[in-house]
Amino acid sequence: MPRLIFVFVLKLALLCGLSAHAQDAPPVAVAPDRSATGGAQTLEDILARQRGEALDDSFRSDATGDPDSAAGIAQQLGTLGGQSDPELWRALRYNSADIRVSAGGDVATVLVQDGGMNWLSVRAGPLRQYGGWLLLGTIAALAVFFLLRGRIRVDGEKTGRTVTRFAFVERMTHWTLAGSFILLGLTGLLTLFGRVAIQPYLGKDVNSVLLIGSKWIHNSVSWAFMLALILVFVMWVAHNIPNKLDLVWIKQFGGIIGKKHPPAKKFNAGQKVIFWSVILFGASISVSGLSLLFPFELPLFAKTFAILNDTGIPQWLGYGVLPTELAPQEEMQLAQLWHAIVAFVLMAIIIAHIYIGTLGMEGAYDAMGSGEVDEAWAHQHHSIWLEEVQKKESAKAENTGATPAE
Amino acid sequence: MKAMLTGFALIAAIAVGADFALERAGFSAQDQNSGAAVRLN
Repeated sequence: MPRLIFVFVLKLALLCGLSAHAQDAPPVAVAPDRSATGGAQTLEDILARQRGEALDDSFRSDATGDPDSAAGIAQQLGTLGGQSDPELWRALRYNSADIRVSAGGDVATVLVQDGGMNWLSVRAGPLRQYGGWLLLGTIAALAVFFLLRGRIRVDGEKTGRTVTRFAFVERMTHWTLAGSFILLGLTGLLTLFGRVAIQPYLGKDVNSVLLIGSKWIHNSVSWAFMLALILVFVMWVAHNIPNKLDLVWIKQFGGIIGKKHPPAKKFNAGQKVIFWSVILFGASISVSGLSLLFPFELPLFAKTFAILNDTGIPQWLGYGVLPTELAPQEEMQLAQLWHAIVAFVLMAIIIAHIYIGTLGMEGAYDAMGSGEVDEAWAHQHHSIWLEEVQKKESAKAENTGATPAE
Repeated sequence: MKAMLTGFALIAAIAVGADFALERAGFSAQDQNSGAAVRLN
């Protein structure tokens, strides 16, 4: 949980980076006297900007000429249309010029936007750093846990009798989701780290081939992930509603730490955490992914920021009012960062899930492999579910008049 | 194992199908970002 809180805070900090710079930025500088330059920027303005001070540059952004009061076309300077060249360039710089393009729509009318540099520095900096360490840290923590706890084994002898834990369609959907997520994770990591982890060692050509392949796989396989996510939700949501039994499981650490084996239905509290993480984080990744798959068509953040501003939470946390007017490119930049941050969190959770489903617990893989688990395993980890299954089977046998085998 | 392989085959089928369908529906970057006034070749 502390990790999630940390990531949430990090996310908020990153999101705010486009508009509100770091909290420890120096206070807004007092506007200097610009009479000597006729209102244009002074050396002090330039120096203040270079020192990283927040500067009210409305004296520049607003100085874009006045076409309405232009001299007549036949008069002196009339051909300027009320705007000098510097004023026109300022209008381009601050995105207020009347730009008309023959293709590309509204997006192509934005010729200069500030968000790109912030996006680049976050993506090349904290995103890679914290994301990479999160994954390596998770693997290291699991390795330490394995060394300390060892494999969770089935107590006593196996019975040799099995029960069907997951039907074919459940396992198929699980593997569709799992396989697509692993492909998406790997190609996403190649896209983020290729330039620093592959290009310097294997060259630009290899990196280029990997990136082109990654792009196709990432864009195309995403549909399998989204479809499987919906199917998994529909199949298992009823079994994953939290109940009182989960508190007992949590109290006994699910038998992962210690020797107790708390009772559980089809899914225990730990599995419910995995389920809801996959559903919620997976849905969030899917929404931001769709925004990226259809560039500029599904902007998310200006509206989200407006809602967040209304709650007062960003202001309360000291981030001030979040920007509600974003260039189309900034929407994409934020979608990419959010997509990657949530994906890192889900990857860390899934690494733990893979560990417990394979190396960490004896007999766990069978549930998703063959679908058949030993009764001893089922009794140890899902005792209530086993009783329910056995009751159903004996009721079924009674109805058909069959005699159960000894 | 059979379920796993079927799941993986499903991923491949959906991926190829999605790529083909989106291309046919005019969602390629070329179709999306050009117009009659733009000469691409």
